[in-house]
Formats: sequence, structure tokens, C-alpha cells
Amino acid sequence: MSENFQPRIVGFLCNWCSYAGADLAGTSRLKVPANLRVVRVPCSGRINPLFIFKALEEGADGVMVSGCHPGDCHYISGNRYAKRKLAVIRRLLDWVGVEPERIHFTWLSASEGARYAVEVGEFVDKVRALGRRNPMARQGVAS
Amino acid sequence: MSKAISKDGQAAVGVYVCHCGTNIAGTVDVEKLAKEMAGEAGVVISREYKFMCSDPGQEQIKKDIAEFGLNRVVVAACSPRMHEPTFRRACAQAGLNPFLMLMANIREQCSWVTKDRTEATNKALAIVRATVRRARWMRPLQPGRAKVKPSTLIIGGGIAGIQAALDIAEAGYKVHLVERNQSIGGHMAELDKTFPTLDCSACILTPKMVQVAQHPNIELLTYHEVEEVRGSVGQFKVKVRRKATCVDNAKCTGCGVCITKCPVKKVPSEFDEKMAFRPAIYTMFPQAVPNKPVIDRKHCNYFVRGKCGVCEKFCEPGAIVMNDRDSVRELEVGTIIVATGYDLVDPGQFKQWGYGRFPDVYTGLEFERLCNAMGPTSGKIVKKDGQAPAAVGILHCIGSRDENYCKHCSRVCCMYSLKFAHLLREKTTARVYEFYIDMRAFGKGYEEFYHRVMHEGTRFVRGKAGQVLAPTEADADAPADSMIVVAEETTLGKLLRVPVDMIVLATAMGPAQGAKQVSEMLRIPRSPDGFFAEKHPKLAPVETPTDGVFLAGTCQGPKDIPDTVAQASGSAAAAMRFMARGEVEIDPSVALVRPEMCTACGMCVDVCAYQAIEIDPKRNKAVVNATTCKGCGTCVATCRATAIELQHFTDRQIYHELAGLLGEAW
Repeated sequence: MSENFQPRIVGFLCNWCSYAGADLAGTSRLKVPANLRVVRVPCSGRINPLFIFKALEEGADGVMVSGCHPGDCHYISGNRYAKRKLAVIRRLLDWVGVEPERIHFTWLSASEGARYAVEVGEFVDKVRALGRRNPMARQGVAS
Repeated sequence: MSKAISKDGQAAVGVYVCHCGTNIAGTVDVEKLAKEMAGEAGVVISREYKFMCSDPGQEQIKKDIAEFGLNRVVVAACSPRMHEPTFRRACAQAGLNPFLMLMANIREQCSWVTKDRTEATNKALAIVRATVRRARWMRPLQPGRAKVKPSTLIIGGGIAGIQAALDIAEAGYKVHLVERNQSIGGHMAELDKTFPTLDCSACILTPKMVQVAQHPNIELLTYHEVEEVRGSVGQFKVKVRRKATCVDNAKCTGCGVCITKCPVKKVPSEFDEKMAFRPAIYTMFPQAVPNKPVIDRKHCNYFVRGKCGVCEKFCEPGAIVMNDRDSVRELEVGTIIVATGYDLVDPGQFKQWGYGRFPDVYTGLEFERLCNAMGPTSGKIVKKDGQAPAAVGILHCIGSRDENYCKHCSRVCCMYSLKFAHLLREKTTARVYEFYIDMRAFGKGYEEFYHRVMHEGTRFVRGKAGQVLAPTEADADAPADSMIVVAEETTLGKLLRVPVDMIVLATAMGPAQGAKQVSEMLRIPRSPDGFFAEKHPKLAPVETPTDGVFLAGTCQGPKDIPDTVAQASGSAAAAMRFMARGEVEIDPSVALVRPEMCTACGMCVDVCAYQAIEIDPKRNKAVVNATTCKGCGTCVATCRATAIELQHFTDRQIYHELAGLLGEAW
């Protein structure tokens, strides 16, 4: 894939830590690649595995999921359920022929604006290297 | 009151794109954005305006709701974490259910993080389109209500906790003040004089401490620790542990005989920054409140070696209880104020500035004790060898404003360094040097104090001390036992080697030990410097993102005593706002079971962290308790039958948002 390939990435961020961290990146005027577009959810535990499949089906090249650090979850334990679900989803994706690396899971606190900017940049580069080969995408959307 | 409709196809959406001055409009083509949104399905009106949050901006929305019969509103502006309540209120005033308003974050997560105008505009288009599509599927919700218990838990009994406790208690509400040490007072009790007025710290603090102890509305829980916090605003359930003191406070008269008779004499005193000793049964300082000793079981002969009991023998009222045990009790409170303060960062890491390498290098707090009449030297400023110092170097910004340690400014050091210079000139004949980067004398009367000290003969060196060395041949005039402060005098561009025989390090303030546990227990975030993060740096400086939990004092960031007291009163007022009203709105974004699809498998019951779901045995269906449910949605994502939905974040709403995000304009 060419250097100019701009991957489409959806980020599911929990409201309390990761979304606040993403806001902090803005307040600190850091630069974050425009490839990532964010869906705010109350908790990473809210993320239904179908959200990720739906995003891929709609033509996303990668999905980032982020919740509070272990022990910091605003809802006590939602982030741990999210992490476990993600592990299963990765295996399933591998089985249907989507590189599991297209899904990135990370813990991000409200204070980690700088880390957010870096992680998004790295993930975009990683997905850019993988290119647009998404067998799950609905006909007509991935072009 | 709501004229909302929930079926798609009938949605009438109004889109409002905010310029935020140039914050958004500088990077995003707002005119194009508004124009394109006008063409989106369901959009009746699409406008852009300079400041949507201003009065005219809000008025426009209200007017359009009436004029165009809008039943959905999308405001493309800053983060919902910022102005969601503002626009929800505006919609409610116009008769629209506030939950039919959505914000599209095109500032923090778009214009501010993107450089290229085309990229930013395209991203904003996607964000707003996604929000419009989700908006069409939003449903009106009614917030529930819950009672607020008229009581506050205050964690930490320093000056912040004391001030907040007195304010609230005076207003007639109950306060439970928890302090982990055996006396309230905090770091302020350790200080000698306070800048810039040079009031004696104890003289202004101890009357307040006594007031706390005597106030009928304050329950003072010293030597207690908060172990667990459950529930939410209005009804927090708090477990506090009373640590065994081995002294029955009801019987103890505070005579102090036990303290003088205790054969263990050599325990380093925490209160005196380990520069003096205390016995195993002790009070922290003579004016301690309550003035009752505790037994330090780690050092007490009775507990270490299994025999002694001298204190028990000499205690006339029989107040010593050797078999005392920790006990845990539960409090119910409506609000919580966190006032856990600060700790100095570990000075052991400052070897380059001589700490731990030379005997006469002190932290700011150690030097406070050295100046204090109740301190280890009874207020005489002397070196470890008992001699008065001949030359003292006060080194500013040790650990603060330093990429290697803390990036933040500790705010109080400039002023207490000036105070130290004043006290040194007053009490000794020593030459005094201040090595500083910038002199930050920001408060009322501070600059004046700076000038006063300048004219008292203190020498100011504008340059941070790089290191502290033993004298070499280069320092011919320096006494052999002196220390050499190496610093660049930046006004002269000259490297100085200043011989001194005493050094005070203006050591950085960091978050208190245990801040991490408190943050996890109360689910309040911390900022990059490790201190607790306020809800908004300017407009909500005492609130936290967790409703009903407030911050007071240095647990939120370094500050001096006047600022701490002001913030403590602020947090007390904020807490009383909830208690005075007596009830609180509960976010209606909670889980809802569709019984016709529920198979009663119980997975949701297992994953719920709040025990908010039960299987109704009669109907054999899961039921969510809407007041206990916090709306995380973990049960929703777990339900295999898709029988639960999270209101305001339903699957369908999110799918439509996703489709909008990944649509045309990428």
C-alpha cells in the first residue's frame, strides 16, 4: 500500500478516562492523526463485540478500544470485561481472515493526553502498513 | 412537557455549529460544515454562530425549537464534558427533553488536534454527521430523584479539612472528619511562621483545631482510615477503620504521665521530620487534638518483646487497653470532601544537591522544625554540631519545574524561602543566599514581603543551583568542612562557587502517599502531576467528575494556606448545595430489560458490579433497579439475547453513529 493510504479508524473510548484523555490531548494542543474518529461510550464494558464487527463492516480499517486503567474503572470492573471480550474477538477475527492487529486495546487515563496522541499515531502507522484488506467490509464501502 | 418523538423519519433536527471564536473556525470550515449538514436527512435547520454557549447562541436554539418544531438538537462545539449541561438546560427551557440534545466534539477532538484545514473539516463533517444520525434515534428520558443525606465525610484533617468541616458544621449539617494520624492539624501544624505576615502557624491553627473537636456537629475520627466507599451522591456508604490506639480516650485525661514513663525513648518523631525522638506511647505534638496518646505497636516493648506495661501501671485512670483491636464501622453520608493534602517528594533522590551526603542539608519542612520553638532545637537555628551557621544557601526549585522530577511549580517555595531568609537574618548572623530561577511572589502582600527581605541583606543569585560539592583547590577561601554551591549567576553569565555551611532545599510538593488508593476508591482521576484532577480547571475547581465528591487544598495541587482555606470553603459550599436542596437528579441513562427477549440466564446479574440486577422469580425475567444502576452498560454488552439496552447509548443509536462516522467524507 502506498504511503498516502489513509486508514479509517474508529475509536471506542470510555467517557471517564480515555475520552477525557483524548480531550486533554486537545486542550494541550497536541496533534493527533485525523484518521481516528471517536465514539464515546459510558464505559469500555459497554462495548458490544458487534460494535467492532459493525465498524469493520462499515469499512473501518482498524478499531481502537480504550478504557480506564485496571483498578481505576469508574464502574468498578467494566474495563476488565471489555479486555476479556476483546481477546475472544481477536481470535474470531483471525479465523475470518481479518488481521487481529487491526484491533488495538489500551488502558488510558484522563491524564494521559500525550500518551493518547502517541498511541493513536503508532496504531495509524500500523494499520497503514497492513493496508486496506478487509474481507468483512460491506460491498461498496471499502474502496 | 416534551414534544419529542422517538420514531425515525419524524425527526426534526437542528444543527448548530460553533466557531468558538477561532478555536474551531480557525481550523475547520464552519460555513461548509453548516451548509453540508443542512442536506442531511431529518435536518430542518443548520446554522453556524461565533459562540453557541453565549446567551444569543442559546436563545437561537430556543427560538428555533419553537419556530421550526425541532425535536432533536445537535450542537457541534466543544467536548460534551464541557458544555453538555449548558445546552441540555437551554433545550429544557424551550420545552425539549434535554436528552434529545447531543453534542458533537469538534474542538478538543478535532480542531485542536488537527493542523491541516481540509483534514480537520473532513473529520468535523464525519463527527457531526454521525451525531446527527445518532440524534434521530434518541429518545426522551426522565431523570430520577434521590434523597441527599445531610452529612459530609471529610477525608483529611489538615487546614483544608478543618476549614471545610467548620463551614459545614456551622451551617447545621453533620460532618465526619477522618484523619489517619492521631491528631488533626496536618502539615500546617509543623510550620513555624507563615508568610508574608509572619503569624505563628500554631497560633492561628490550634484554635481552629479545638473548635473542630468541640463542635457538636463534627464527629472527629482521628487515627481512622477510610477503607471503602460505595453508593453515589446523596447516599454514600463509607467503611472507616478505627486503628487500635490501645488508649481509651473516654478515660484518658491527657496528663502525659505514660509518655514520660515509657522506657522506649528513641523512636524517630515523624512530626519532627525524624530530627528528634519520641517514646512508643506518644502524642504527635503538645497541642495535639485530641490530646490523647496512642501506642505505636511497632516500637512498644509490650508488643515487640511481650513484656513491659509501664504505661498501664502508671496510668491512674486506667485508660491503657493493651488488647485494643481495630474496628470497622459504616457511615452513611450525602457528600464527600477529599482533603488528603500533599507530601514532599522523596529528598533522598537529590544527592547532587547534597541531601544525605552532607549533614547540614535540610528539606523545607525539616528547616521549619529547626526554626520552630517546639522543634528539636527549641527554635535555635544550629547545625548538627550545635554551632550557628555562618553562611546558608537556600536552593529554590529542588524537584519542581524540573523535567527530571516534577514539571509543576510547587508555588509556595519562593515565599517560604524568603521567610527562611528573614528568620535566618533575625535569629543568626549568617550570610544568606537565595539561588532562584524566577521569584514568584504572586499573592497579596507577597511582592512587598520580597522587597522587605531584599532590603534585609539577603543575597539573591538568579540561577538554579546545579550541584553541591565538597571544597576543592578551586575554593581556596572556603573552610574545609564547608559545602560549595555551584550555580550560574545568569544576570552576569558567570559560574559561581559559593561556600556555605548549611543548605535548605526548597523541596517539591508531590501528591500525598496513598493518593493512588484514594483515587481508585473514590473513582476520581488524577492529573499528569499526580494530584487529583478537578472537574474543570477554571469553572469547576472544587468538583470532581464524580458527583458529590469535592476537592479541598493541596490534594488538588500545590497551594499556600490562603488558597487552601479559600478552596476548602468553596468545596464546603459546593457540598452544601446538594445537601440544602435535599435531593439530587439521577442520570436516567440506565439499563432496561426487554422482558420478552430475556431468557433469565443470569449473565447480567453476574457482571453487574452494583448488584443492580435480579432475576424476578415470579416472572423468571431479569429486572434492573434503576436507582442502583449506574449505567455502565456492561450487562448490555454481555447479554446474549440482546434483551437489555442502555438508554441513551442503545445499540441502534451507536450503529447509526458508526455509519455516519464511516460515511462519505473520509
